[in-house]
Amino acid sequence: MTFINGLKCRECGREYPKRAIAGCEECFAPLEADYDYDAISRVLSREVISARPQNLWRYRELLPLEREPVVGLASGGTPLIRADRLGRVLGIRDLYIKNDSVNSPTLSFKDRVTAVAINKALEFGLSAVGCASTGNLANSVAASAAAAGLPAYILIPDNLEPNKVIATSIYGAKVIAVRGNYDDVNRLCTDLAERYPWGFVNVNLRPFYGEGSKTFGYEIAEQLGWRAPTAIVVPMAGGSLITKIHKGLKELEQLGLLEEEVRTRLFGAQATGCNPITSAVKRYSSEIQPVKPATIAKSLAIGNPADGYHAARLIAKTKGWADDASDEEIVAGIRLLAETEGIFAETAGGVTIAVTRKLIEQARINADDLTVIAITGNGLKTPEAVKLARPISIEPKIAQFDRVVSGLAATV
Amino acid sequence: MSIKLTIPTALRKITRDADVVEAEPGTVREIIASLDESFHGFRSRICEDEGKLRRFINIYVDGEDIRFLDNLSTRVRDGAELAIVVAIAGG
Repeated sequence: MTFINGLKCRECGREYPKRAIAGCEECFAPLEADYDYDAISRVLSREVISARPQNLWRYRELLPLEREPVVGLASGGTPLIRADRLGRVLGIRDLYIKNDSVNSPTLSFKDRVTAVAINKALEFGLSAVGCASTGNLANSVAASAAAAGLPAYILIPDNLEPNKVIATSIYGAKVIAVRGNYDDVNRLCTDLAERYPWGFVNVNLRPFYGEGSKTFGYEIAEQLGWRAPTAIVVPMAGGSLITKIHKGLKELEQLGLLEEEVRTRLFGAQATGCNPITSAVKRYSSEIQPVKPATIAKSLAIGNPADGYHAARLIAKTKGWADDASDEEIVAGIRLLAETEGIFAETAGGVTIAVTRKLIEQARINADDLTVIAITGNGLKTPEAVKLARPISIEPKIAQFDRVVSGLAATV
Repeated sequence: MSIKLTIPTALRKITRDADVVEAEPGTVREIIASLDESFHGFRSRICEDEGKLRRFINIYVDGEDIRFLDNLSTRVRDGAELAIVVAIAGG
């Protein structure tokens, strides 16, 4: 039941067999999974997909596994929510939230990529897994490795939020806090992947791992009635997710599963304190100048994004745009989403809401564009980002409550 | 009198399997040129035809990306450590 031919270099086209490999050995560019789309189109239809359970494996022919998955079976299948109240505040009429803050098992979109990577590690018979992570991937790899019975070595920057550390260590993973930023951690992890015979999910399993992100795009299209959105706003760290959403939409188009051709404009969101991709887009360039991150959006704090070039190029090609948000704007974005739609997103979600607001104000997204905002992680992971007033404290007496209500009423 | 240069696996065919090679101090550009003499084809593996680094190759001098320094004109002092890293991981 496998439809993956092998791996293919995104830049020079050189082909590789299916194995743990980081990138093209000729030109060093990333590798893409290459499928037999003709064979897939013979077996995959809307009806076949719709009849399957609501998780990412309903698109299994378009994922690079060669055996039945054994972990991450409940990942994906997250809600697409119509966001009229948020839309009214932002000034657009046709707005949706794709809510991966409730993904399974660890409340971020990384559960999609991890589901593919850990199953792939099992297929390859690797004895352990690892990753470099800004937090969400750490949680996800630790949880899935535990479920798969694999030891996990998780490398994180030493300034990570406490909840993200707890939600990694609890699974029994070996967590190593590296003194430095994510880019230092990632460089170390790249070196380690050459020395240890393990599966580092975002290094030597990356060509497979990244494919999990396509399911974010498949689900959006299916949930919109087999239609691609007009605009999508996606947070960018390494830049992979936005490119894989696009790949996913184009694959559905190629397979004849969509009502219309894909004309989705891609919009990328970063924090102003770590904006190597958005600044390239604003210079009308795809040349990435690395930065030293300084932002509360730690999950997006990658100063040297591996897919920055590809993301910037695709944003330009689809006639999209990119912008970034300050720490204050990020917090305001988190609160706005929570207060209008009842969704508590982590800092990356605040970035995406704040940038969507800017893009609408700049008329880069128009009032009648069918727009999807990608919410990729849960606010309970980064509660320290939002400093809220302590609750009002009273004695258990009706009179005291009455006084509070009249006082609150007076302040409205 | 030398600097140490770490070579990633993908380039070790050129360096006859050496994972660390030595070079004399100079700018990064000069060091690449001198290594190209010892290891034929070294420069063309990591640089474009016009001489700039390939897109997915990064060079670090004592842990700092040369794009934060003076790019290929960055001076490398005696005793420093250089690393060539293929930059397609992470995120």
